[in-house]
Amino acid sequence: MTLADVLAGVIFLALNAYALLGGADFGGGAWDLLATGPRKERQRELIAEAIGPVWEANHVWLILALVLLFTCFPPAFARLGTLLHIPLSLVLIGIVLRGSAFTFWRYGGGGHGDQEQRHWGVVFAVASLITPLLLGTTVGAIASGALADRAAGTGDAFYATYVAPWLNPFALSVGAFALVAFAFLAAVYLTMEGEERELREDFRRRALASGVALFGVALSALLLSPTAVRRALVFASWAVPLHLLTGAAAVTALAALWYRRWRLARAAAAAQVSLILWGWALGQRPYILPPDLTVAAAAGPPATLRLALAALVLGAVVLLPSLYYLFRVFKAGNRVSLE
Amino acid sequence: MSDLLAARSQMGISLAFHIVFAVVGIAMPLMMVLAERRWQVTGHDIYLDLAKRWAKGTATLFAVGAVSGTVLSFELGLLWPRFMEFAGAIIGMPFSLEGFAFFTEAIFLGIYLYGWDRISPRAHLWAGVGVAVSGAASGIFVVIANAWMNAPAGFELVDGRAVNVDPIAAMGNAAAVSQTIHMTLAAYAATGFAVAGIHAVLLLRDPANAFHRRALQIALMVGAPAAVLQPLSGDLAARHIAVHQPVKLAAAEAVFSTEASAPLTLGGWPDVDAHVTRFAVQIPYALSLLAFHDPHAVVKGLDAVPRDDWPNVPAVHLSFQVMVALGTYLALVSLWVGWLAWRRRDLAHHRWLMRAIAFATPMGFIAVEAGWMVTELGRQPWVIYGVLRTSDAVTPMPGLVVPFLTFTLLYCFLGVIVVWLLYRQILRSPTMPEWRGFYMRSGSGT
Ligand code: HDD
Ligand code: HEM
Ligand code: HEM
Repeated sequence: MTLADVLAGVIFLALNAYALLGGADFGGGAWDLLATGPRKERQRELIAEAIGPVWEANHVWLILALVLLFTCFPPAFARLGTLLHIPLSLVLIGIVLRGSAFTFWRYGGGGHGDQEQRHWGVVFAVASLITPLLLGTTVGAIASGALADRAAGTGDAFYATYVAPWLNPFALSVGAFALVAFAFLAAVYLTMEGEERELREDFRRRALASGVALFGVALSALLLSPTAVRRALVFASWAVPLHLLTGAAAVTALAALWYRRWRLARAAAAAQVSLILWGWALGQRPYILPPDLTVAAAAGPPATLRLALAALVLGAVVLLPSLYYLFRVFKAGNRVSLE
Repeated sequence: MSDLLAARSQMGISLAFHIVFAVVGIAMPLMMVLAERRWQVTGHDIYLDLAKRWAKGTATLFAVGAVSGTVLSFELGLLWPRFMEFAGAIIGMPFSLEGFAFFTEAIFLGIYLYGWDRISPRAHLWAGVGVAVSGAASGIFVVIANAWMNAPAGFELVDGRAVNVDPIAAMGNAAAVSQTIHMTLAAYAATGFAVAGIHAVLLLRDPANAFHRRALQIALMVGAPAAVLQPLSGDLAARHIAVHQPVKLAAAEAVFSTEASAPLTLGGWPDVDAHVTRFAVQIPYALSLLAFHDPHAVVKGLDAVPRDDWPNVPAVHLSFQVMVALGTYLALVSLWVGWLAWRRRDLAHHRWLMRAIAFATPMGFIAVEAGWMVTELGRQPWVIYGVLRTSDAVTPMPGLVVPFLTFTLLYCFLGVIVVWLLYRQILRSPTMPEWRGFYMRSGSGT
């Protein structure tokens, strides 16, 4: 394990945290769009209250992963920015609209229920739906090994270079997977947010449904994957234990939801999504951008890597207690225990 | 529009947009904390109301700052992959530290905005201090990165590649000190005067309004000292570029030929083909004196480098003049405020002062934008001064005019909405009768 491997691992951890926390905030937006039934408005209220205090902090995990990527692995960042220019720009538009619409809606002045304010709620929800889809698609493009170094061009080559890597069934299926996974996480977390039994039951049903759907999209992504990817995911030495663990987490999550064991459900759902992510990471080792850019080749000079690690340790000393405090203030309301 | 021009314009628009929110994000938390502290010390609820209303307005701006900052982080790779490939390992460090600063800022902001009823007043105030400190820190880190582009350090160039990379030395680059001081002061001056200006407008209508009087006081406490110091720190910046980036200074001052005992050129329009600046007022010896503190010093002119390496001289000169003019105005108004406050005069009833402050509302922000134009346009054609040309840094992707127009539209749209929301909120600010009860109780007139 080299220093570069450690830092690549840390970047991946940040992405993992982003998926579990920021991802769930996107998922919440999706459920806002899909709010139905007699408790529609109360569902939306609950989602907004759950997201409000934490979404900016959750969002920074993505920034952290990004700045560490360009500090420690500049060539990988440069290639991602070049070849995935189009989907990443679209992701950015989604991020901008999601974040600003949310605050315009919640903080923009008018009282709640204000008709104009509700328009922002809709923008927020639609952006929350589209952004994870595109984000997942870029992950699919990376995982599929389509981002080989190549000369830039125009005309036909433009399509082959800048569009084909991500606009294909496999990449899009990973996008769908990301969307469903985030919605699943959000629904599971939301079962623990509400004070009211009915609301909790609403989100329990949604969690169960999206949990089942997650199996479906995961399977279709696997079937659509390029042969090399599938082989790594199925035949590598770590593959079977990892799949067993993931399967166990998935079944536990669903069973726990069924029996209303909320905390267990939350832990198992988070574990399930994380394991799938680490499966992706393991599957493409030793490449940071398959098929040709390895972690070692992309790594910056040792002086930079050492400093980055030192900064991470130092940063963690400030960050982790603060994060703990944030979540204790707002999420310790595990109101479930009131029952 | 060429791809390079589109990329430069997109970067410029994104930064010009983000900087407004970044500046607010640095200075507003300080003002909220001051108001909240006043509340805790005096027990006057009017300060609590003030802190809460400021926090509410700031929440919107923060979110827009966060998302527009995210766009920038990606754009470094989307538009300038060759730059990042070269510079990432050298200058990624301040960006990473900035990442941590954002994190603490976002965490404490969440606690501050949503935690009024959930934590003790003491803890709440400290959360606000956390936001203020980490906001300033994130600005300082990112400006260090920018300073490195102006004064690259911490590596050796061998065959176009950077070797012997030393990120600490890169952070300690020659421009870092002057730029971070100047930028941080700019944030307090611009925000302080913008807020003071808005409350001054409302005080002109209703000079006895207790709410606006207190808001004005706190805003000036933050804005005025910074505005007084700003020309001094600007002098520091100018002396730095005189030595390290002579072409930028030459463009800013419209100096076409190298000369000793150079005069200072005020106003005017540089005619780049004729190598003269028309319609300008010249003050003999002043430029040599300002830039080198020696009336006979030699100031390098644009003729020191080939014409192809000139930045856009009229744009840089104009921006510089605008910044200095506005900076002078803000500093003079601040001194006036200081004088009146020292003589214990009632500021809110001084109509001419209120007019002068109201007039200054947008000035700090315009100066910030103009100053950045000096820095960024003045560095052209280099993205890393003397090392990497902007044209070699740009992405090979064609059709960049499409994202440029898309993001421009997006920012225009957001800008209009933010202004409209703030306007609505200001209209709802409390009127005198709302606070009459308080007024009677406390019995104080200020
Ligand atoms: C409130 C805003 C404000 C005010 C009043 C001033 N400035 Fe400024 N100036 C900035 C805001 C700013 C800035 C936007 O913050 C810049 C851009 C980059 C930087 O570090 O600061 C800047 C850059 C900048 C530079 C270029 C630095 C570089 O490129 O490295 C110089 C030479 C000056 N300033 C000089 C002055 C002088 C002589 C002023 C006298 C009144 C002045 N500034 C007032
Ligand atoms: C402190 C952090 C900043 C960094 C790291 C930064 C970095 C960059 C980079 C990489 C470019 C593209 C290459 C180039 O054109 O030289 C650029 C261009 C530009 N930036 Fe900055 N910038 C910063 C702050 C700002 C701010 C706050 C503004 C505006 C208010 C600004 C205005 C511009 C403009 C107008 C351009 C286009 C210049 C041109 O190409 O002619 N910059 N900046
Ligand atoms: C002089 C230039 C800049 C200053 C002073 C500055 C400062 C700040 C500050 C204080 C914030 C905190 C959030 C807020 O206030 O709303 C912020 C947000 C942000 N800035 Fe900038 N910034 C500058 C330029 C840049 C550049 C060039 C980048 C990209 C490389 C960048 C990336 C970000 C990011 C990612 C955020 C979001 C953090 C969050 O989620 O809270 N900034 N910036």
